[in-house]
Amino acid sequence: MTGTAIADLIHGFSVALQPHNFLACLIGVLMGNIVGVLPGMGVMAAISILLPLTFAMPPVAAILMLAGIYYGAQYGGAICSILLNLPCHPPHAVTCLDGYPLTKQGKGGTALGITMLGSFVGASFGITQMIFFAPILVSVALKFGPAEVCSLMLLGLLAGSTLARGSALKGIAMTTFGLLLGIFGTDVTTGLERFTFGFPELADGIEIVGLALGLFGIAEFMKSVNKVEPLKVGYAKVRLRDMRPSRADLKMSAFPIMRGTLIGSLCSLIPGTGPTIASFVAYATEKKVSKTPERFGRGAIEGVAAPESSTHSSVQGDFIPTMSLGIPGDSVMALLLAALTIQGITPGPQLISQHPDIFWGLIASFWVGNILLVFLNVPMIGLWVKLLTIPYKYLYPSALFFVCIGVYSTNNSLFQVGETLVIGVAGYILLMLGFHPAPILLGFVLGPRFEENFRRAMLLSRGDLKVFIERPISAAFLTVCVILLVGQLYVRWRSKGRVVTVDAIAVEES
Amino acid sequence: MFESIQRYRDYYAGALLILIGLSTVYQSSRYDVGTLAEVGPGFFPMVMGVILAGCGIAIAFNQSTVADDEHDAETLGRPEWRGWFCILGGVLAFILLAHSGGLFPATFACVFISAMGDRTMKVRNAAVLALSISVFGVLLFHYALKVQLQPFAWMAR
Repeated sequence: MTGTAIADLIHGFSVALQPHNFLACLIGVLMGNIVGVLPGMGVMAAISILLPLTFAMPPVAAILMLAGIYYGAQYGGAICSILLNLPCHPPHAVTCLDGYPLTKQGKGGTALGITMLGSFVGASFGITQMIFFAPILVSVALKFGPAEVCSLMLLGLLAGSTLARGSALKGIAMTTFGLLLGIFGTDVTTGLERFTFGFPELADGIEIVGLALGLFGIAEFMKSVNKVEPLKVGYAKVRLRDMRPSRADLKMSAFPIMRGTLIGSLCSLIPGTGPTIASFVAYATEKKVSKTPERFGRGAIEGVAAPESSTHSSVQGDFIPTMSLGIPGDSVMALLLAALTIQGITPGPQLISQHPDIFWGLIASFWVGNILLVFLNVPMIGLWVKLLTIPYKYLYPSALFFVCIGVYSTNNSLFQVGETLVIGVAGYILLMLGFHPAPILLGFVLGPRFEENFRRAMLLSRGDLKVFIERPISAAFLTVCVILLVGQLYVRWRSKGRVVTVDAIAVEES
Repeated sequence: MFESIQRYRDYYAGALLILIGLSTVYQSSRYDVGTLAEVGPGFFPMVMGVILAGCGIAIAFNQSTVADDEHDAETLGRPEWRGWFCILGGVLAFILLAHSGGLFPATFACVFISAMGDRTMKVRNAAVLALSISVFGVLLFHYALKVQLQPFAWMAR
């Protein structure tokens, strides 16, 4: 099996190194890196703004570019955390704890150097894991009938909504809302137009680009306008030669990088625990095994190395269920999956065998992209720091224009720009009421497939709901769902109403 | 009014979900619900509506805790009417001007109006920003990416 994997990988490199694919990957990681350091701009907004631009591209190049934005932003996010004590992106919040003290001691360059190294090691491990795990998952998944697919989707949805930030109940409500929005438009089985409210434009359903840009573009701008303070870059002067870590630093971070990588890859295998949780677990573990735990929080290099490698290994691992099963773990993956669907490619276990150039090309491009990122970041660090100082008041109006033209260009329809505006306002109201909009997108992408598989399962079993517990694999997925729910309730009850979320762990740590 | 929304936030959140849930149930009852063996187009949305309403009741009676709200405190706070209206106005201006005026005026209006939503923004800076984004936007989207919008509407005639 190893032999075929290597042969496939070589094929992947030949795809990823084709000039236009290489260029797409470069643009992707560059955009991601920029978005990662720009204050107040999210990965989701960046991917959805670029999504319409990829429609005209061949599918491989499109997916390489969009994926590049996601992992490129992780590198940018680390720079924010270490140099400015700003947790621009949630997975890097924990890096601030030791990264910023290091910067204040004048060792910010070293911290960045170790971060690059750790990120690369973590990402490489995550990619290797994907090479071996994805085909195994596929061979299992190909045996799934509609009942198993349904239960698996339920598990994915539940994990995605309850383990995310904030209240689990609100997460479930938003996922359900997303599932509902997903089935707007013409019903595939009967041809009936559902929830179109008399607008013929809604017969094809809600446009995913509009939904994503409404929720993560317009709603985010409404939330952040006049509330993002201009930055003062005080300690953030890093020269190139500062970034080479000393031998002692390397020795100190070698094991933390390995431990972080392993933790990240484990976390990526558990559905719903993405990079954010991975980085917190890695930091906590490192503090426990350290002989000098009192150094943590005052500039311990291990406290930067472990969570960063863990984040990157888990970011790459996130692609495993998305690419092999067609079940996204979070909203970023949901958007990438939607991008594939728009290109006319059906996500699911048959993807690897039907479109080997997409799968293996993507894997090879991860390596290409990560190497590019290391080379981009080392000499361009000064530029990134400058980008950080662009005031938000210039950013959001420009981004708003890209939102408008992006939605318009998907179907040349001004109606959809209006649709996006309505979704944006609705999204802001939901934000005000304490809902997080990310699970909506997860539900939206899975909605139509969930309904279709449920209908098929019911048709095959002649309306017997017992089919979900009589088939062993489906029963196993449902058991995990129940464990997940009971576990949430138990934790909630034990902590007297305090939901243990990533934020709570952060409070404990600091 | 704004403070009371935040104090009783979960009641409003629950009420909103119940409203969405019930209207979904009502709307899907107009489609064919079918039976379990022959699931109709109204079945799935009806179940979703019931779950939404159920979540709404649970949220209203199960107030979220301090831990949940910590990260939300910074995101909300005082109302930002000027920012909100300018952002909405910017998008509306784009919708209104894109066909009748063309890509250039639509972009200029969109960026200029939304930029004025920032309290510290000066008219001159907003105009410079809007002008540069418009030039850039026309070059990129009309000439390079061939989006079906004329830079100026009169150019089509």
